[in-house]
Amino acid sequence: MYHKEKSIQIKNSASALYNNLGVLRIAPRSLTYFTVVHANVVNMVSASWDGLNYSHRQLQSKEPNVATSTSLIMQAAFCALPSRDLLVVTSQKGIQMYESDGSTMVYWHALDTPDTPTDQAVFARGISAVGKSDSSGSILVFDVPSKGSNITLSDVLKGHKKSITDIASECSGSQDCIADLISADDGGNLCVWKSGEEFQRFNNIPGFDISCTSVKLWKGTAVAGYGTGQIRLYEAVTGILHAEVNAHARWIYSLDIAPFSGLLLSAAEDSLVRVWHLSIKPESLSVEVAHLHNECVTDTQICGAKFCDGDGYAFAVTGYDLSEIIRYSQS
Amino acid sequence: MSMRTLPLVFINLGGEMLYILDQRLQALNTSEDNSEKGVWSEKDRKRVMNDIVGAMFSKDFMDELLKPQQLYSHRTLKTVLTRIAHASIMRLNPASMDRLYELMVMAFKYQIFLCPRPKDLLLITYNHIDTIRELVKDTPVVVNQVDETHRKIVEVYSSLPEGEFQLLRQTLLIFFQDMHIRVSLFLKIQVQNPNGRFALSTSGPVPHGIDVPGLIRTFDGKGREVRRSEFPSGGSYSSSVREGCFELHGDRVIRLGMDMYTVNHPEETHTSKDTFVKTDNTPNLLAKEELNLLARLMGSMKAEKEPKAETGFWINLFTTDQGEEEEAGASGIAEEPLFEVINIQAMQDEQVTTELARIAGQFAEEEPPGNLSSSKGDDLLAMMDDL
Repeated sequence: MYHKEKSIQIKNSASALYNNLGVLRIAPRSLTYFTVVHANVVNMVSASWDGLNYSHRQLQSKEPNVATSTSLIMQAAFCALPSRDLLVVTSQKGIQMYESDGSTMVYWHALDTPDTPTDQAVFARGISAVGKSDSSGSILVFDVPSKGSNITLSDVLKGHKKSITDIASECSGSQDCIADLISADDGGNLCVWKSGEEFQRFNNIPGFDISCTSVKLWKGTAVAGYGTGQIRLYEAVTGILHAEVNAHARWIYSLDIAPFSGLLLSAAEDSLVRVWHLSIKPESLSVEVAHLHNECVTDTQICGAKFCDGDGYAFAVTGYDLSEIIRYSQS
Repeated sequence: MSMRTLPLVFINLGGEMLYILDQRLQALNTSEDNSEKGVWSEKDRKRVMNDIVGAMFSKDFMDELLKPQQLYSHRTLKTVLTRIAHASIMRLNPASMDRLYELMVMAFKYQIFLCPRPKDLLLITYNHIDTIRELVKDTPVVVNQVDETHRKIVEVYSSLPEGEFQLLRQTLLIFFQDMHIRVSLFLKIQVQNPNGRFALSTSGPVPHGIDVPGLIRTFDGKGREVRRSEFPSGGSYSSSVREGCFELHGDRVIRLGMDMYTVNHPEETHTSKDTFVKTDNTPNLLAKEELNLLARLMGSMKAEKEPKAETGFWINLFTTDQGEEEEAGASGIAEEPLFEVINIQAMQDEQVTTELARIAGQFAEEEPPGNLSSSKGDDLLAMMDDL
């Protein structure tokens, strides 16, 4: 179904972090941007679709201190907002936002770090088009104007007791999906939020003390990946479990959905990437999962996997200690 | 990231160091007593083990490690581990210590990488502690220290949730990133590939608590299962074995963290020529917190043994420092050798003894309490520059 394409070499290897691959497709310029986190650096590659041009850029985490280990980046992701795209980088020190090509930093939000170290790690992790979150279990919501750097913190949502691992969002507007934001934490709990004047917590789907490391929202269905290697599909607003898949033999590190085709990508520490198909059955309002394809990246613990386009025609993969972005496209 | 890495780092790396030293010293043992110069007797070996374990598991040192703090640089780690090793009558030259550090680190990286569940990092640690306890079993005082430390580790870590362990593991993986030094033992038993990466299998038992991949279950609106289907997993997994014991004593089940060297003595451990290339901070930029940590850790260790009172025993674990050029010439092969042969020698000659005195002088002596002045910091800085 898919075959391997030419890999993109990156300047550093990928770190073992959840969801460690960002992809942004710039159709008007026939380019795709990729971001991969390595310790305290974000490696950005801009790849032309004809495969001839690659340009690289590195972004450092904003850090007054020089010790690498205290300025680690947790995640870098693109946020596609209605009027602009941003690159958001979350780290132990705070949240940085850049123009999508990484050229200018437009915003910096520092996290409160205690003066004396406590046993709780402090960091920000979890990025989606609406908000970013931190290790205390709070979600920070930022208002982003269509141009410029007048970004403001507009809300802090508290709903999690454990560190947040991932957030996902889906724009409301159609009748089918009401839920706007979903957040997952280290206890496997999922919180569903609705946007509006203020964000409101709509639903809470409890976990079983197993981390949910990656979550996506598609047509009102929450798709969550766990440390047990399982994928679960829930109806976001009601919390009804649609399906459960024993998908991987190790911790899932990344999930992605191609919204136009309903293809689902899952990747784990077991070195496997799997492609699934989600289908919504209108008569029963249930969601079904079908397995389509496997790819094994030999001897590699995968840490990021994303579709490169909305149909799922191609996808890209990163792995711990690998200095390349591996690409696959449909045959 | 994680603030709880240091105790596990020291116990596991220290454990690996002890395994290697133990194996080396045993291989050198050709006589039962000290009569031959440059030869390590059984008594000497046990004494070295006791001294190092005593230093590593000392209450003060462990208490410092158990304070929540960041994991700093390889330089700091190496400095402290060298100091621990020098708590015995054995002396390692810097080149030997570098190579020893590489071996230790690659072994630990292998264990973290293949750790079945993040929580199993504890079982790996307990495997190290169990074996260390065996090494010093004839000395009750030191066994007590090991037991005390073990109890503290159980107390602090047993209640951590899996997400915390995964964060800890990720912090360690980042710390050991890009290290692909090939170790001949690992290559021989095929846990490492010729390109330096570890082998990750898609067959065998799944970790405890995980189901074998392959099943899709679909539910209706009322939570009843309505269909099951299977998919090809792309591997050949079997169900998990029983869970290892997290108590003070018990069967750990997983074998990671056990002594890999015992089966293969007198194997010489070759490592590949490409040394660990990681951009590290130059001494000038050493973070203030890192220096503070170093000062606290060094200060919490017992005073170094005075080697002048008795014959100082040198270990030159690896001949790379002196003999590198000679070796390269002597090998006489056209292409660059993939591996350097690392021979174990116990050397004792005049040049080495003066070297000994110089290195012993580098480490700060224990100062009387209340005297924590800038001089201690200066000594440490000087020491860092020398590394």
